[in-house]
Amino acid sequence: MQKKAFSVIGKPLRKVDALAKCAGETRYADDLVLPRMLYAKLLRSPHPHARVRRVYTEKAAFLDGVVGVITGADLPVKFGILPSTQDEEALATEKVRYVGDAVAAVAAVSEEIAEAAAELIEVDYEVLPPVLTIEDALREGEGRIHAWSRQANIQKAVSFEFGEVEQGFENSDQVFEDTFFYQGSTHLPMEQYCAVAHAASDGRLTLWSSTQTPHYLHRALSKVLGIPMTRIRVIATPVGGGFGGKSDPFSHELSVARLSMITGRPVKITLTREESFYVHRGRHPVKMWIRTGVKNDGTLESMHFKSFLDGGGYSSYGLATVYYTGALQTATYRLPAYKFEGVRVFTSKPPCGPKRGHGTPQPRFAVEVQLDKIADKLEMDPMELRMKQLVEPNTVTVNGLRISTTGLKQCMEIVAEKSGWRGKHRRLPYGEGIGFAASSYISGAGLPIYWNSMPHSGVQIKLDRSGGITVFCGSIDIGQGSDTILALAAAEEFGVDPAEVRVVTADTDLTPVDLGSYSSRVTVMTGNATLQACRRLKVKLCEVAGEALEVPADDLEMADGQVRSRSFPDRGLPFVECVQKAEARFGTLGETGSYSPPKHPADYKGSGVGPTPAYSYSVAVVQLGCDPETGVITVRKVWIAHDCGRAFNPLLVEGQVEGSVYMALGETLMEEQVFRKNGLHKIPSMLDYKSPTTLETPEIETFLVETNDPEGPFGAKEAGQGPLLPTVPAVANALYDAIGVRIDEIPLTPDKVLRALEGRLKPVSVPNFVFPVPMKWQPKDGIQVPQKA
Amino acid sequence: MSPGKPRRELKRDRAVGGNGSRKLFLRLKVNGETKEVASEIHKTLLEVLREDMDLTGTKHGCELGECGTCSVLVNGQAVLSCLVLGVEMEGKEIVTVEGLMERHRPHPLQRAFADSGATQCGYCIPGILLVAKALLDRNPHPTRDEIREALSGNLCRCTGYTKIIEAVEQAAAMGAA
Repeated sequence: MQKKAFSVIGKPLRKVDALAKCAGETRYADDLVLPRMLYAKLLRSPHPHARVRRVYTEKAAFLDGVVGVITGADLPVKFGILPSTQDEEALATEKVRYVGDAVAAVAAVSEEIAEAAAELIEVDYEVLPPVLTIEDALREGEGRIHAWSRQANIQKAVSFEFGEVEQGFENSDQVFEDTFFYQGSTHLPMEQYCAVAHAASDGRLTLWSSTQTPHYLHRALSKVLGIPMTRIRVIATPVGGGFGGKSDPFSHELSVARLSMITGRPVKITLTREESFYVHRGRHPVKMWIRTGVKNDGTLESMHFKSFLDGGGYSSYGLATVYYTGALQTATYRLPAYKFEGVRVFTSKPPCGPKRGHGTPQPRFAVEVQLDKIADKLEMDPMELRMKQLVEPNTVTVNGLRISTTGLKQCMEIVAEKSGWRGKHRRLPYGEGIGFAASSYISGAGLPIYWNSMPHSGVQIKLDRSGGITVFCGSIDIGQGSDTILALAAAEEFGVDPAEVRVVTADTDLTPVDLGSYSSRVTVMTGNATLQACRRLKVKLCEVAGEALEVPADDLEMADGQVRSRSFPDRGLPFVECVQKAEARFGTLGETGSYSPPKHPADYKGSGVGPTPAYSYSVAVVQLGCDPETGVITVRKVWIAHDCGRAFNPLLVEGQVEGSVYMALGETLMEEQVFRKNGLHKIPSMLDYKSPTTLETPEIETFLVETNDPEGPFGAKEAGQGPLLPTVPAVANALYDAIGVRIDEIPLTPDKVLRALEGRLKPVSVPNFVFPVPMKWQPKDGIQVPQKA
Repeated sequence: MSPGKPRRELKRDRAVGGNGSRKLFLRLKVNGETKEVASEIHKTLLEVLREDMDLTGTKHGCELGECGTCSVLVNGQAVLSCLVLGVEMEGKEIVTVEGLMERHRPHPLQRAFADSGATQCGYCIPGILLVAKALLDRNPHPTRDEIREALSGNLCRCTGYTKIIEAVEQAAAMGAA
């Protein structure tokens, strides 16, 4: 069944939804209008930390045009994305934990009336002192944000030791110790959060929402509303930008569902841009301490890494995030010994969660900047230092990550050559600089969010007698092109034009479960599930075609709309005829496919974060200018190489790489989710929260490296998050090359540049915190070659 | 509603909405068609288009004039539809993304954006298409810097602008103006 060359894979084809999006036809959540629809507004807390004594809703309920008012008492069941940290309430019953935490919700005949009614709700708060810094949160006696924290305001503290860390430091010729800070930032998708709920008279509830995780939302709705999942339908509308920010179940989704159940009418809510800043779930602010021992030739001997995460008011994905700040340090360079300690604390601020890169950009910044310093001290080229100790394919790292393929070396070589690295590094005039960094990222998490042994992705394919192919899958297109992936995979397998394939996605009534658009999992997992379903159907198609053409089934290939013999090229059958023959023989044609990631080699508690079917690799070179008078940094150009396994569709892959680089530059140079001393967001608007425009975004030259990973569909790995990671430290390293001073904090704003030039920038302080006794583990034979499954 | 400083004052007469505030009949010429629409006088052009004329192709990202998402053309000029009132628009030619299509045929800009991968989530694209059209109408062969300048008021979080700029260049080369 193998074909020589691909017919659609690897081609720069238009996305299946591209023209609809350009024509204004795509229906996002806020474009939906249902008969008798009501509009909802949430009342949000003005206090960062307060006890809710009582909520008075009478005045609001009596306002003309108001149809329903609810408070925490109407949605008393706690929820949260991770099963072990269910600490959120749709509407606060006891406490509010950040400015913007929701307390009550109103449904009215117009948005204006709902807004006015929400203002008529009176809340009796007992204001409590807020906890706003990591240091305060680690200190006992500040008052607990969540009563269940066992020590101070700590959500989770973890500690691991892999290999002989102390011995590694003793073997080292030099030991480097540095501290870093990475500020929080928010996703800022162009589409604000929006959901529409309709509880119909038959007892079934439908929720349309701009969500990246319809399946997890489905579960949360059932739990909180107390109705079985079989009576709930979640339809994820095309998402107008996610980047991780639409991956949790949210207050507004649960509130409109309840309001619709109470009023018997459809209810819509669209959050304002300001509210979107409060919902957040963005990049965690992280303080980091890193100690690395090296030989004089640059060989890494041992690393000890500590991270301190400012989690905000709720857990969200935070348990996974704290592990992610320690998991992938080992995936790029050979590291024989590694110790990781991490802690996530609660503070009285909007909850942090997964933003593109989820917990890995912060440590990658620290590691790559420190390696730049080490190379400097050892008088080595920083690229050479890394090049001599790259992780090899088909190995297991000291913390148990299985590396299948890696294109790190090719990535480095290509950006070095194209950027003219050797002629520029340490050779540009003062104020101009060039920097480089490398990274790795997962192609999908190895484990689901909730413990189960079912597939991570499911696909159904229907063939109809017109020759039409319909792919049903729970995946949700957030702009990355997941619908297109399904269509291209099926078109390639059946040898037809992608226009012959319809996709039906992200509807829990119609489509098999896919866990969602997070952790860069979709291409690998839905792609593999699609291939399985296609290949099962092809067995049937080839059986009838083989008989008709009088050739063995395994001599057949499907291409150009034909099922044809490889041995006798003149013997062929149009695809549609083949489908009709198969339907006549077997009855209605449909098959399913599913995918679960392979088992990972590590077996320690906490080893679930980090493993993946395949790791992507990225290398960035950044060239910039820095004006020493103003401190303003102007990025001249970014060269980025990304090992995507196989460029399923190079247009889409390049788009993901370019978008990742852009988002990295935003958080490196200007974006900050910051708060006043009273816990109020400083800049909850797009004018004040600076993000790069066309004028700040430099030329980005992308190089795709293909390693054809055996686990990926057609060899593909991820592309949507990994390329963000090296860009951030590459900018920091380029800044040092330009002005000769280090800034170990993100973002690299002009005021910090000036302070650094004047010698007034203090090093980052990290809290003095005693971590738990580390769990010790190492692979059976040290860093080893895994056995083939 | 907003815990912070309120960014948009809620007027009491607005609060009574459908009951108290008066509707006016507006004669608006949108995408070449003149239509009469009953609309509250306080409504922005964005709201009139989306809520009263079913033209949901125009999107909104902030409703404060910060992001460029809701851009439409008014007499050939790119205008933020969230910052002008519907009642100001009588007698003017308005073009939205729906009006870019020439019957069933996509405008060269739409084709170029689709073909060159310039649309990811697509939410900012209607506004960007119209700003690009205004640019090409007055300058059929802009330089890359002129394109950057023209689009600098439109935020896009997905693409890094790279393929958007390439798409405008491609459309210009196809003679979009």
